[in-house]
Amino acid sequence: MKIVAICGAGIGTSEILRVNAVRALERLDIEAEVTATDVASVGSAAADAQVILTSPELVGAIGRTNADIVVIQNYFDLDEITAKLEVAVG
Amino acid sequence: MSLPLPSLDHLPDPAIALKATATDWRSAVRAAASALSAAGYAEESYGDRMIALVEEYGPYIVIAPGLAMAHARPGADVHAPGLALVTLASPVSFGHAHNDPVSVVIGLAATEADQHVASIAALANVFNDESIVPALAAAASRDEIRRLLGAASRADLS
Repeated sequence: MKIVAICGAGIGTSEILRVNAVRALERLDIEAEVTATDVASVGSAAADAQVILTSPELVGAIGRTNADIVVIQNYFDLDEITAKLEVAVG
Repeated sequence: MSLPLPSLDHLPDPAIALKATATDWRSAVRAAASALSAAGYAEESYGDRMIALVEEYGPYIVIAPGLAMAHARPGADVHAPGLALVTLASPVSFGHAHNDPVSVVIGLAATEADQHVASIAALANVFNDESIVPALAAAASRDEIRRLLGAASRADLS
């Protein structure tokens, strides 16, 4: 399982999302590699990813992908992140 | 050389601005750039790049209700990795569908893209508590900000 968290610059917000996704996956007892990157690199970074985590604003910039795109509104809401990841990977 | 970000409960005075006056989201981001500049982490012009990121990709930096995390890529205008925190006298709208209005702006400067892991994990600890944004916005002193950040960053919320 490979999960990529995306933000505009690849620092900061995607890292927040990565950290909280790791916590959510621990809750779900799911093994996954979670990385953070910027939206410009998403084509290569997410080429073999099953899930892309991002914010509503960035969905349009991601382009074509085979991964499930999971949209997170509140990056600090572990309940939201856990519930959406459970749907995506369950 | 990879320098760590300073820890949250030791933010220097210049990196904290209380009740800043911002008329719109751009001036709120510039206030974060001014705090980063005052603390020696970045040039004022870093604010232009933080604004450009929002202009390019939208207000995705509003990552939780009331909270924006302004940042841009590493660059020549960043002198050292650092964080700044600005509270706004009056909340401003960033145009985010869910998390407006914003009352607290974090400014993040990094000199390398993968530099922030420990401090970002601490930030995640702090803001996983949804009561922290209103508490920070209401704080009357820099010491109170540091106390709020420090207490929350040490809490085990995982």
